[in-house]
Amino acid sequence: MLLIDCPYCGERPEPEFVYGGQAHIARPPQPAQATAQQWADYLYRRDNTRGVHAERWRHTHGCGRFFNALRDTTTDHFLATYRLGEPVPTAAATVRR
Amino acid sequence: MNEGLRTPEGGRIDRSRVVHFSFDGRAYTGVAGDTLASALLANGVHLMGRSFKYHRPRGVLASGAEEPNALVAVRRDAARYTPNLRATQVELYEGLEAHSQNRWPSLAFDLGAVNDLLAPFIPAGFYYKTFMWPRSAWQSLYEPRIRAAAGLGRAPTEADPDRYASRYGHCDVLIVGAGPAGLAAAAAAAASGARVMLCDEQNEFGGSLLAADPHGATAIEGRPAAQWLKQTLAALGSNARVTLLPRTTAFGYFPHNLLGLNERLTDHLADPHPEVPRERQWQVRAREVVLATGAIERPLVFPGNDRPGIMLAGAARTWLNRYAVLPGTRAVVVTACDEAYPVALELQGAGVFIASIADVRGPEDGPWAAKARAAGIPVLTGATVLGTAGRRRVNSILLARLQDGEPSDTQTQPCDLVLMCGGFTPSVHLFSQSRGKLLWDEGLQAFLPGTPAERARSAGACRGVFALGAALADGAAAGAAAAREATAAARTGVCPSGAAATPAVQPAAGGGAGFAGALPQPAGARGRAFVDWQNDVTTRDLTLATREGFRSIEHVKRYTTTGMATDQGKTSNLNALGIVSRALGKAIPEVGLTSFRMPYTPVSFGGFAGPARGELFDPVRTTPMHEWARAQGAVFEDVGLWKRARYFPRGAEHMHAALGRECLAVRNACGIFDASTLGKIEVVGQDAVTFMNRLYVNAWTSLAVGRCRYGLLLRDDGFVYDDGVVARVSENRFHVTTTTGGAPRVLAMMEDYLQTEWSDLKVWLTSTTEEWAVIAVQGPNARAVLAGLVDIDLAAAALPHMSVAPGYICGVPMRLFRVSFTGELGFEVNVPADFGPAVWEAIWDAGQAHGITPYGTETMHVLRAEKGYIIVGQDTDGTVTPDDAGLGWAIGKNKPDFVGKRSLARPAMTSPQRRQLVGLLTTDPQTVVEEGTQVMAQAGARAPARALGHITSSYHSAVLGRSIALGLVAGGRARTGQTLYVSIPGGEVPVEVASPVFYDPQGRRLHA
Repeated sequence: MLLIDCPYCGERPEPEFVYGGQAHIARPPQPAQATAQQWADYLYRRDNTRGVHAERWRHTHGCGRFFNALRDTTTDHFLATYRLGEPVPTAAATVRR
Repeated sequence: MNEGLRTPEGGRIDRSRVVHFSFDGRAYTGVAGDTLASALLANGVHLMGRSFKYHRPRGVLASGAEEPNALVAVRRDAARYTPNLRATQVELYEGLEAHSQNRWPSLAFDLGAVNDLLAPFIPAGFYYKTFMWPRSAWQSLYEPRIRAAAGLGRAPTEADPDRYASRYGHCDVLIVGAGPAGLAAAAAAAASGARVMLCDEQNEFGGSLLAADPHGATAIEGRPAAQWLKQTLAALGSNARVTLLPRTTAFGYFPHNLLGLNERLTDHLADPHPEVPRERQWQVRAREVVLATGAIERPLVFPGNDRPGIMLAGAARTWLNRYAVLPGTRAVVVTACDEAYPVALELQGAGVFIASIADVRGPEDGPWAAKARAAGIPVLTGATVLGTAGRRRVNSILLARLQDGEPSDTQTQPCDLVLMCGGFTPSVHLFSQSRGKLLWDEGLQAFLPGTPAERARSAGACRGVFALGAALADGAAAGAAAAREATAAARTGVCPSGAAATPAVQPAAGGGAGFAGALPQPAGARGRAFVDWQNDVTTRDLTLATREGFRSIEHVKRYTTTGMATDQGKTSNLNALGIVSRALGKAIPEVGLTSFRMPYTPVSFGGFAGPARGELFDPVRTTPMHEWARAQGAVFEDVGLWKRARYFPRGAEHMHAALGRECLAVRNACGIFDASTLGKIEVVGQDAVTFMNRLYVNAWTSLAVGRCRYGLLLRDDGFVYDDGVVARVSENRFHVTTTTGGAPRVLAMMEDYLQTEWSDLKVWLTSTTEEWAVIAVQGPNARAVLAGLVDIDLAAAALPHMSVAPGYICGVPMRLFRVSFTGELGFEVNVPADFGPAVWEAIWDAGQAHGITPYGTETMHVLRAEKGYIIVGQDTDGTVTPDDAGLGWAIGKNKPDFVGKRSLARPAMTSPQRRQLVGLLTTDPQTVVEEGTQVMAQAGARAPARALGHITSSYHSAVLGRSIALGLVAGGRARTGQTLYVSIPGGEVPVEVASPVFYDPQGRRLHA
């Protein structure tokens, strides 16, 4: 059971959260103009990262908010959690905590 | 006292408190402080079990959790019967009733021992090779027989009546193991003010100190060890920030420093208080963890090493010093390291005759040989063991030296006790479970903790620091560092910092390397040398596996089952590795190590279940009208966590008859239905209509206040996700309903788009599912039933189909929907949940004059199918587009976008050959086909044949007097009128493709 640092509430156990898949995948602003390939990429193409992965979590049984996290998929360690709209923390800002 | 082998003084027992117990029906006595094993040994009983495969007589090998042989069942009553307990861990209580296992008719005479004579014919993997033919016999004959012969112990015959508690714990430093290193760590951590938890699987804290010779010269901080132990425990016990957990096994190490602890509260009590839970399962989240789990002594592998009376040297020391029991009278010691020598001298001091010490090292003397010789004990260096004798107890051992594979100096030593010491295996189980890397230490012949993967550090013998003084210092340093790290002001997160890494271990003096593998034997030696006592795996099984081509230790393990018994190879894994490494000519780290998995020792199911059993197994959701339905004799079904009334049988009426009656009542008079479980979401805000336009396929801008629309929700891949009636309650307020099961995921999807894609919209979402009680009144008489109760004009002109109005019913505020999922004139009365039962009763009373009948979900399903209304998840399966389901009309054609719109434009989504929802009518109107059945184009199709589709809904319709079915069929609508084929048990039936709307296709009844 992971311990997840919600940027709004602090550290809470994993059962309070729901995983939300890869982060930073924006819905095309005008889907009608998207090519079939662009639309398929948006719908289906996801990274299968071995290492640091930017992903979404929702604190469903807490504040209810979505946020983003950097997690190392080989160790399950979170390097950072950050609010929506904030840029991906750079390596310098993600000292292993 | 008739325990003839009890020493007159010493030990951590209370001789004044005699405890009576029985083993296999025979009465014995022990004393307070005994375990079952120590008490049996005090009575001279060594034979405690039979081995798993060969049914060989077995005695106690170890003195703790690693014991592979002495597995017993403890019975309090028929329901309180616990099999496969290690006798070394069973604390004695007055009246304890224990039974041996895996023997028939008795432990001393076991017919299963015939397997031992057959041993040459049943080596590792024999059943893979033997039970090959005839193939059909595997299921009918071989497997049932093998399963009956296999297995250890038996399950209790009644449900477990005891209570089990579960608890969360949080602390700065959790220390696992209360031996010298763990105690020193706890003391150091507590001294810094940290919140400390200290757990140990034993009833007493102290670890190896409990087995130390009280007359020995061991002193800690200038005090005798026993005094230091007492004072250290007193100090920890009086510290409010320290939690001491004896009888508590840390059985699992989970991510981010979560450890599972199993605390046993009553198993040691003669008469447990019924209110006290038997076990408490802890989930402890620790900022820092100190593993002080010690080391397990390794047996030596030589022919006949499994007879009762052959045990680990350290176990004998525990029997003597902790339990004041002499495990034998005439002993031979076989050792690969120095630790066995002091044990021999201590036993000699207590009156055991030490016939010989056979040291497998040499030929030079080690540092202890002179001391032993000075005490009159012969020492044979460079020795090996060629065999032992004795059926139910060892009575002699054959020692020798090997010169170029030929035995010399052969000597037979009579004895009733053989002590083995092959070295010590650090207990790295928890460290490895936490995904920490293990490193092979050639000098120590052991795997040691390397870089931790969690905020954990190992201390003492579990990382190869064996000597007492060094272990104490190691523990204190680890405890202080852990406390410092845990309470550091800047500390956040759970990842191990660089500073937490354990520095490399310097092998401590006295920590002998020992021996991993089998003792050398002359060529052609025939005796069986056991590696894994519990699963009866011998050296020959392992070498056979390597000869047959197994190279990976993981494969060897599964083929031979070494290390796969309930002890998970605590005493056997390293010896097995040594044997395989020699057989393959590869170094031990190249052969690899099998995975350590939780639990460290078996944990009862009750502990995991905790209070989650019976009514508390899973949450149950009931509607406000649940009690009314129950009083009416409703049959309930589970829909998610909800209990929903399925139908309301009258008297002995069975389901089919009840459904027919309920359906006709709705069609001809009036039905009342509890629709409260429907998901409800209030969508509110100045951008509510924009939000709904972007999310649902429908055109919402044109929906007037006070009107409803059938809403259809897709995923962005274009497939139907949910549906439900949506009402525009006011300009900026929508009352959205969802399917019963879909409510949470629809709300989650709404939140997802609102928070992450359209965060500019001013919209608020609230789940109101449980705020409203929903009473559906359906049927031609519905208006007459409600007319006298509400303050709203129910005339069709004033409140047409698909409209909503606020008002009052019986003085209760209400949202009244005119909607229908039955195809009849219908209303859904929404009132605050607490008023639900009263309003339901009022409608029920008013309906008596109009033939009102309660109906359940099964009737609702039939009624909606007669009208061709889909149920998302039954008639759709995540690959169905709106057009497939015949719902293309719902899409707002002029909207630039909605979730899923772009996907609907993909070529594959518009193919005329997609599976479309159609009606299917069997030629024989009484045949009801099964849901899920494939629909075929041709009669008599045989595999492989491609199905056109499948049946999604199928019922008998009372009002039509025939069966009806819905199905998804490729190009289905174009096939209207065609005959297709559906298989039924024992054959197939023709069906005709029809419109999915079977009843009142013009919808006249709906708009009445």
